[in-house]
Amino acid sequence: MTATVTPRRRKSGPGPAVMLLVGLFVLLMTIFIIGPLVWLGLHAFSESWSYPNLLPSSWTMRWWQVVLSDKSLGVAVQNSLFFAPMTVLLSSIICLPAAYAFARHEFWGRRTFLIGLFATNAFPKMGLFVTIASLFYALNLMNTITGVLIIHILGTVVFMTWIPAAAFAAVPRSLEEAARDAGASKLRVLTSVTLPMAFPGILVAMVMSFLASFDEAQGTYLVGAPVFMTMPTQMYSLVLNYPNQVAAVFSILLAIPSVALMTAAHKHIAGGHLAEGFQIK
Amino acid sequence: MTLFSTRDETEVSTTTEPALGGAPAGDGGNRAASGEGLTVRGLHKVLGGRTIIDNLDLQVNEGELVSLLGPSGCGKTTTLRMIAGFLDPDGGSIQVNGREVSHLGAEKRPSAMVFQNYALWPHMTVFKNVAFPLKLRKRPKKEIEERVDAVLELVNLLHHKQSRPARISGGEQQRVALARALVQEPQLLLLDEPLSNLDAKLRVKVREDIRGIQQRLGITTVIVTHDQEEAMSISDRIAVMNAGKIEQFSTPADLYARPRTEFVATFVGSLNRFEGSYRDGRISDGSDVVGVRPEDVKFSREPVPGSLPAVVERVVPRGHFQELFLRREDALLRSFASGESPAVGEAGHALITRAMTFRGDQRVDADQPVNGGQA
Ligand SMILES: Nc1ncnc2c1ncn2[C@@H]1O[C@H](COP(=O)(O)OP(=O)(O)OP(=O)(O)O)[C@@H](O)[C@H]1O
Ligand SMILES: [Mg+2]
Repeated sequence: MTATVTPRRRKSGPGPAVMLLVGLFVLLMTIFIIGPLVWLGLHAFSESWSYPNLLPSSWTMRWWQVVLSDKSLGVAVQNSLFFAPMTVLLSSIICLPAAYAFARHEFWGRRTFLIGLFATNAFPKMGLFVTIASLFYALNLMNTITGVLIIHILGTVVFMTWIPAAAFAAVPRSLEEAARDAGASKLRVLTSVTLPMAFPGILVAMVMSFLASFDEAQGTYLVGAPVFMTMPTQMYSLVLNYPNQVAAVFSILLAIPSVALMTAAHKHIAGGHLAEGFQIK
Repeated sequence: MTLFSTRDETEVSTTTEPALGGAPAGDGGNRAASGEGLTVRGLHKVLGGRTIIDNLDLQVNEGELVSLLGPSGCGKTTTLRMIAGFLDPDGGSIQVNGREVSHLGAEKRPSAMVFQNYALWPHMTVFKNVAFPLKLRKRPKKEIEERVDAVLELVNLLHHKQSRPARISGGEQQRVALARALVQEPQLLLLDEPLSNLDAKLRVKVREDIRGIQQRLGITTVIVTHDQEEAMSISDRIAVMNAGKIEQFSTPADLYARPRTEFVATFVGSLNRFEGSYRDGRISDGSDVVGVRPEDVKFSREPVPGSLPAVVERVVPRGHFQELFLRREDALLRSFASGESPAVGEAGHALITRAMTFRGDQRVDADQPVNGGQA
């Protein structure tokens, strides 16, 4: 009897103190994450909303109309949806082979190079962009697609190299050797074993790059404006020219692709057999 | 994959052959001429400035199971990886069924390997793992299906066809790895410590399974192991390795009964080892090394010709036999005895029925291996 009772007691869960702490944590997270979102959501639909009132006094779709009928917005959305995937694609083409080399080969200057990648992120971005801008003027890259893409790709190089390199390094060599032994060419080993196994890590890097490109404003503004306006750079001008509510609407629009992407990628990254496969030695 | 193929039984029975039967090395010599099986000649490898494999020769006959047995770091894995094609030898030749393969990449060699950690692909099901080699060979879908089913049935895993490797037990993973190698119908099967990740009980069962399948398919096989009991129980012949060299290559029974070096004598089986010399049933001062197998020490209550008085110092039950520690005036001898156990402190007589003498590691007494156990 005791044998059955004991585990059940243990299973009954943590004590009240722990529960309280967890509860508090969840509450805080809710306030800091959900709070601003709720505020945004309410603002986006409110006619006017000012301090002592708990809720907006009247509701409207007007701000959505303002934003959605703004011609420049359509262009900005299009631009963003062009630059972000292009950035991910080009960055993958450039960085993934490098990541593989970092993970699988010892070569001269390997460590210096890896650390150097980090260093590019250590300086204030604006300073870097200003330097780049003067270079771009010289090369006639200002206000060009290439110029904007270069800026965006620069912002993704660190994730696109470090995270996939770690993912490639985590693929046990014996799994690749087993594929060779089974008769696979080097290319086939890469496509059938190494890439699928490193895929969760690569996907994380791609999602992060997409979001980084999607959110990039400073450099894009400097290099692309006014010819190539993306959603974040467009938002600057909207925020300056319209009331709060428009910014709220725009923020929500800006968040949609991120949320959609995260939801789609979530099950590949977090769960499933790919993650579990790494338990094998 | 028929049960018990029609291969001749002479090779099959070598493990159970008594010591007197001798090694089938003569047989091996004949077959070597025909170029069947695996022939390694003058294999050489330097790693990190050290000679790891030193001019190694090995001849494995077709359908034979040979173990590479040796202590950790002696170069077993290195040898196997060179045969499989994962490591380039610095010199020497490797032939499989008469064809030189040492210049080929692993993917082009007619050998298949079972890795120590199984190396199953976690993102594929058991079926896909086993089917992958056939897919690479562009076999028709139906044929793949049939062959994978057949080999999974052979290793008793048909019910796990759609499972992920991470979801099945270690023993089952081991069998999937074996199936993945067998499905290629390799001319040479290589296994690197295939049992070392299994618990003791399972190890015995799986090694019998491997031996059974190997015999059924008549597949030329090289197994790396550092477990002498494992090597003794499944091998047709054992190549005992030490420091990058093969010290002796012979049947388990012959190795045990007629070790050529002190290293082999100590590594294979149990040994009473003394520094001294052996004459007329007793160990006396000397500069050689004397080795006596525990089963060659007999304890009796009454004296027999050649025996010396002895006292039982310790009795260690070993299941179906006991290990006795017998104190004689010349030495403390370990003895394996079956039947009724004497009591600790009991006085009696101990007889050495056979001893080996080594000088500078080489066997020097008369009872030497007859055929030299050449590869
Ligand atoms: N890449 C390498 N560079 C330098 N030395 C190496 C390298 N690979 C192996 N060695 C050395 O070669 C020797 C033989 O290694 P090997 O793996 O073949 O031993 P083993 O007989 O399989 O041992 P174990 O039973 O422990 O697996 C070891 O001393 C090892 O340190
Ligand atoms: Mg090894």
